[in-house]
Amino acid sequence: LVQFTIPIDNGDALKNAEADSQRTLYPYVTGTSIVAIKYKDGVLMASDMGGSYGSTLRYKNIERVKAIGKHSLLGASGEISDFQEILRYLDELVLNDNMWDDGNSLGPKEVHNYLTRVMYNRRNKFNPLWNTLVLGGVKNGESYLGMVSMIGVSFEDNHVATGFGNHLARPILRDEWRADLSFEDGVKLLEKCMRVLLYRDRSAINKLQIAKITEEGVTVSQPYSLKTFWEFQAFHNPTAGAQGSW
Amino acid sequence: MTKQHANWSPYDNNGGTCVAIAGSDYCVIAADTRMSTGYSILTRDYSKIHKLADKAVLSSSGFQADVKALQKVLKSRHLVYQHQHNKQMSCPAMAQLLSNTLYFKRFFPYYAFNVLGGLDEQGKGCVFTYDAVGSYEKVGYSAQGSGSTLIMPFLDNQLKSPSPLLLPAQDAITPLSEPEAVDLVKTVFASATERDIYTGDKLEIMILKADGIRTEVMELRKD
Repeated sequence: LVQFTIPIDNGDALKNAEADSQRTLYPYVTGTSIVAIKYKDGVLMASDMGGSYGSTLRYKNIERVKAIGKHSLLGASGEISDFQEILRYLDELVLNDNMWDDGNSLGPKEVHNYLTRVMYNRRNKFNPLWNTLVLGGVKNGESYLGMVSMIGVSFEDNHVATGFGNHLARPILRDEWRADLSFEDGVKLLEKCMRVLLYRDRSAINKLQIAKITEEGVTVSQPYSLKTFWEFQAFHNPTAGAQGSW
Repeated sequence: MTKQHANWSPYDNNGGTCVAIAGSDYCVIAADTRMSTGYSILTRDYSKIHKLADKAVLSSSGFQADVKALQKVLKSRHLVYQHQHNKQMSCPAMAQLLSNTLYFKRFFPYYAFNVLGGLDEQGKGCVFTYDAVGSYEKVGYSAQGSGSTLIMPFLDNQLKSPSPLLLPAQDAITPLSEPEAVDLVKTVFASATERDIYTGDKLEIMILKADGIRTEVMELRKD
């Protein structure tokens, strides 16, 4: 395997400890929140299709939720190129698992554990994969939903959300989530969260996909947009309560 | 060219409190189940208690990614021990192993605040308390984590541990009965939950005795 490295001039290797370092310093193209919930038949995961380059909305057709093996869905927020790298790692993992040809297949718990180890390992080497990952799936009738952060912190819950979603969507989910949500109710609940994010997260775009995973398999919806309402009085005359000269 | 500074930290504090109390023939290990980051709650249902061996239970608060890694290391070392010695590790042995494991990463520490509880070779309760780099002490009771400063003084008051400076050394084990100790634990967590924002949601209590382990769960305030 030949690897090409692009030389980065970080100064004199004698005086600068990081002169030949190519560690991740900051993310470049980023995806915003992922919101996911367990429901009656499995897991639902929603994300928009935006890829921001700082404050520019550079890409509007990025799929941030992908199927992994037969039993899992992976959603990612953060650096898109790191997400693509993770998909390559998982490709290899699933391939090697399939090659055993023993009828066994990686479930969501196993994939989540693998990803946690990968993220933690990169954090240990001070070269993190700049993502917060959401891993959901169903195997043998059991639903699973978990999250891993870029420094390796992981946990499971009935509903998870990354980035802004953790602040804006989680409270809605804590109030309205139930274990016996139907597919329609689950989608409605996710749309409610995504709408709030659309109003309040400046890096969110009105083009989203909702992915569903059940014992039968994965379906990712076609991209669609949410109806929004901008005729609130507060939006009409935003400075009504505090007139100023600028 | 000025040296670049990292804009991320390899550490985070996921909060939470752990407590353990040693009795004459039992050990109580308890921890809340809240996992936080910054001012957000990540989940209300995360267990911080892990059984390492039949008679040794670890409870850790701090940075949960490090805690998980630490548990995996200890679990795998225990498995090797069982293969080599054909028996379970005793609590004092696990205590030493934990100390060594923590010090091994002295220069990039596991950000984990540990309390190890269990039964010693004579069947008496024992509690070991640690700092992040492995310095440890056998005590009669201990609290670690975000609520420890609220809980420890109260435990000192209630359990009146004899001074470790006394000669001959006096046992730090509490004369309390098991139900009294469990009740005390519930009381201290209810109190810590009132004032520590990182402690709350649920309380998980593990009671270790010679015949096995029993678990109790109690609801705590969720705000």
